[in-house]
Amino acid sequence: MWVAIVVVLVALGSLLFHLFTPWWSTEIASNWGSMDLTIDITFWITGPAYILILLFTAFCIYKFHAKVGKNEAAPESNHKAAYDPENKKLEWWLTVGTTVGVAGLLAPGLIVWNSYVTVPEEAVEIEVLGQQWQWGYRYPGADGKLGTSDATLVNGDNPFGLILDDPNGQDDILVEGDDLHLQLDQPVNVLLRSLDVLHDFYVPQFRAKMDMVPGLVTFFWMTPTRTGTFDILCAELCGSGHYAMRGTVVVDEKADYDAWLSEQQTFAQFRAALEDKSKDNSSVVMNTVGPQPAHGVMSR
Amino acid sequence: MEFFQEIRNKPWLESQVEIDNAREGGSYALPAVKVGLRVFLGVVVVVFSLSVVAYSDRMTIADWRPVPEPLIMWLNLLILIASSVAMQWAVINARRDRTPGVEVGMLVGGAFALAFLAGQLLVVRQLDALGYFAPTNPALAFLYMLTALHAVHILGGLVAWGRTVLRIWGGKEAHEVRMSVELCAFYWHFLLAIWLVLFLWFVIT
Amino acid sequence: MVDVTPEKIEHVGPAEVPEVDLYHAHSWWTKYVFCQDAKVIAIQYGCTAVAIGLVGLVLSWIMRLQLGFPEFFSFISPELYLQFVTMHGMIMVIYLLTALFLGSFGNYLIPLMVGARDMVFPYVNMLSFWVYLIAVLVLCASFFVPGGPTGAGWTLYPPQAILSGTPGSGAGIVLMLVSLALFIVGFTMGGLNYVVTILQARTRGMTLMRMPLTIWGIFTATVLALLAFPALFVSAIMMTLDSVLGTSFFMPAIVEFGEQLAYGGGSPVLFQHLFWFFGHPEVYIVALPAFGIVSDLLSIHARRHIFGYRMMVWAIVGIGALSFVVWAHHMYVSGMNPYFGFFFATTTLIIAVPTALKVYNWTLTLWRGDIHLTIPMLFAIAFIITFVNGGITGLFLGNVVVDVPLSDTMFVVAHFHMVMGVAPILVVFGAIYHWFPLMSGRMLNNAMGQFHFWVTFVGAYLIYFPMHYLGFIGVPRRYWEIGETSFIPDSADSLNAFITVAALIVGFAQVVFIYNIIVSVFRGEKAERNPWKATSLEWQTETVPPGHGNFGEEAPVVYRWAYSFSVPGTVDDYVPQNVHPDYVKK
Repeated sequence: MWVAIVVVLVALGSLLFHLFTPWWSTEIASNWGSMDLTIDITFWITGPAYILILLFTAFCIYKFHAKVGKNEAAPESNHKAAYDPENKKLEWWLTVGTTVGVAGLLAPGLIVWNSYVTVPEEAVEIEVLGQQWQWGYRYPGADGKLGTSDATLVNGDNPFGLILDDPNGQDDILVEGDDLHLQLDQPVNVLLRSLDVLHDFYVPQFRAKMDMVPGLVTFFWMTPTRTGTFDILCAELCGSGHYAMRGTVVVDEKADYDAWLSEQQTFAQFRAALEDKSKDNSSVVMNTVGPQPAHGVMSR
Repeated sequence: MEFFQEIRNKPWLESQVEIDNAREGGSYALPAVKVGLRVFLGVVVVVFSLSVVAYSDRMTIADWRPVPEPLIMWLNLLILIASSVAMQWAVINARRDRTPGVEVGMLVGGAFALAFLAGQLLVVRQLDALGYFAPTNPALAFLYMLTALHAVHILGGLVAWGRTVLRIWGGKEAHEVRMSVELCAFYWHFLLAIWLVLFLWFVIT
Repeated sequence: MVDVTPEKIEHVGPAEVPEVDLYHAHSWWTKYVFCQDAKVIAIQYGCTAVAIGLVGLVLSWIMRLQLGFPEFFSFISPELYLQFVTMHGMIMVIYLLTALFLGSFGNYLIPLMVGARDMVFPYVNMLSFWVYLIAVLVLCASFFVPGGPTGAGWTLYPPQAILSGTPGSGAGIVLMLVSLALFIVGFTMGGLNYVVTILQARTRGMTLMRMPLTIWGIFTATVLALLAFPALFVSAIMMTLDSVLGTSFFMPAIVEFGEQLAYGGGSPVLFQHLFWFFGHPEVYIVALPAFGIVSDLLSIHARRHIFGYRMMVWAIVGIGALSFVVWAHHMYVSGMNPYFGFFFATTTLIIAVPTALKVYNWTLTLWRGDIHLTIPMLFAIAFIITFVNGGITGLFLGNVVVDVPLSDTMFVVAHFHMVMGVAPILVVFGAIYHWFPLMSGRMLNNAMGQFHFWVTFVGAYLIYFPMHYLGFIGVPRRYWEIGETSFIPDSADSLNAFITVAALIVGFAQVVFIYNIIVSVFRGEKAERNPWKATSLEWQTETVPPGHGNFGEEAPVVYRWAYSFSVPGTVDDYVPQNVHPDYVKK
């Protein structure tokens, strides 16, 4: 009897926990409300199924449990169970019902996925570069185009590994050791690169994420829909500093965004500054922007 | 397809009970060892096909540089074929219960297999001497890996082969070792087939 | 009903079982150590798996202490934390669950349930265990090498796994890969036995559709394992070469801490494909035996045939086949071609249909049954609850776009623990309580069993159900410390502390369980023969526990399927498979 009660309690407890939980998705800050909606649909379809299965199980236990001691077998010649090896009709209906439910989950999922992988024309490209255990960002600059890159070119003088004679790269804006800034309501196609291991650019409020794979350029797109400052986390295990690979993204109004962007250094300026410095003090090896372990990581 | 027929039976029906009660247990009219060998070869097929898939995937990346096939690889192929033929000859003799024929077939087959292994080693050394160092060339790395994997399987076969030969030397008659000889030969043919596929793949790419 | 008149019974002679070289041990060593009897091998597998599983359990406590109380345990460094995460995962999935379900339950139950004397290749079967033991020892050895065991996560993704930013990237990862390769070699030896024994060594009358679902589950899982492990084997070899020889199978051009490495051109995503081509079937390698065993537990303890036996068989086979075309649902955000997402989301959600049908049939087996709430039954019911829960969260993660916000968060951790940690382990417990009387001739203590069940079930549910909600907030997994963020409320820390306390309590309950086993082996209440009144052959042996050769002089002959419970027209509420129709009390 009380086994049945516990099963009912599990069902009701889970339901109440779900309804009153203080732990739920953070307030969204991107256009991917459709992802939240898909999650809601999934809850609406699977939640009742879960509760129903549990309540049915509880009912069976309550109704059909043997009235004998717990570890004793049933008395002889006293079988009470029904014998009906299968019920094609019932199984058929259950199959159809489940298939319909599953289709109801899958269809919205695929529709939203289609928009997730289809980058709109008006999206501007930016690049996020991951390395153990920090983030770098690159904006296309005045020409609106990101220059091509090659990991084998990366060194202290060329932290992003840009191909030096690609004209598109000269006006690219490099941001290291600073926050990522995005413009409100401007769709962005975030191109992702990694120099060493897998990373994953993840901002919980944006919902979107994608792994960064050395040797590949991956992408996702999104539109920031709310100004504010958000945490960037690395969501793919990337070594002992994984937990400390944090960053900050600031979503600005257009004016603030433009003002911030205009203060940043282009690749050409960066190179020029390096040359000046090495002329001034040629004995010092320049590695000011070379990768350093992020703060808080214990030395290995 | 019999399997799919069988799993549609309703074992609780009286009519089915009668049919089932008349059935012996085994699913295939083969000795267990032969079924076992086939299942094992199925696993080996998966190992090699996944390697080939990985190889093909890796080929699409820009740094892929083909390697020359030294002439000796063709010779090795012939040796392996000869080895298989000798093993088959042993099988034929075993079926006719001619012990000396089995012995000769097995010994020749084994000797050719050993020669093949030596030849494969020579290929690797030759490529090494030519300056194709494995770490820098993915095609070569695959070639080495697959050669080694294949060689390990041949070595495993040689263990079974050795046990059979010892039994023949210990005075067993042809019909007593027939099963072992058949299993060895089957395995040999299979490894030949695997090598043929791998080798053609190397040559084509 | 017809009265049975003994004169009318035509005696059916023993089945024509070919004279097997029955294994007779001649010395203590060959009886208990280098033994070829599947039942002894099963116990050896079981003890080794449980021993290494306890190591995994302790590792999980340390991880939970760090997550629940990040300030208190200064000895747990980020490196150690990752190493424990990795070893915990690998131990539990491969060395505990796979070895336990196939190596232990497979070895014990297959020959007995299909009416065979032993496995078909007993010597190879023995080797299988010893290779497994060596694999476990190599795994343990990695704790003691410089740099410690690998901390690459159980997925061992390159390039990270073999680069210096990851703990244990030297000897640790190589030992891990060697241990896995050994495990696979050992498993293949055992797997050949399981498959061929089920195919070829069934006794007379034991058709495929008369086999208990336990055997169907183990059989299909073994086939999956034989086909899936090669992917891990190949990738382990390739990664070892990358690590030791510096080849570039999986390693692209890499700049590590500002320094160019000699690698170039390899594909990390290729590894992920190979890994998950193994890794997803692996989920079902653990789940299918659990499905099979729980079907039998429910049926026997509800005194009712399993509902829809044919559908259950089809579902097992169908799930097994489908499990090979869903692997990339682990890789939706891996950077693979995004259009794969459509295909893999569809196949993944299709697999939910046969799985759901299994759940319906389990509950429908209870419907109009005669449910005995024995401890195995309690575990079986708890399995249904946790499995449905974990299956449903699988629908979240399988549905490609829902996976995007939830992947790599605690939601995933909660999901896979519920579905392939808690649920199968509950079946393992149920199965041990169920078959312990057969293996030892004694019952396990009921009071301790009740305590063990309630603490384990309720505790595990309290651990993992709320954990999903941490994932909704966006708490990432594999974080040594989350620290200050703008989006995680302080209450989440309390939840983490609560989960840790619950985990420690559940862990303690397992000590009670092991104590129960040890005490009951020697002093447990003597079990009667076939205490659960089961129909399958393992309970119909001449002696309990069964001796060498399992069935005495005559092999059993099978006259009916394994689910003749409460058959109308019979007196007893069960009819064992091997009772001649004329002897059935009517």
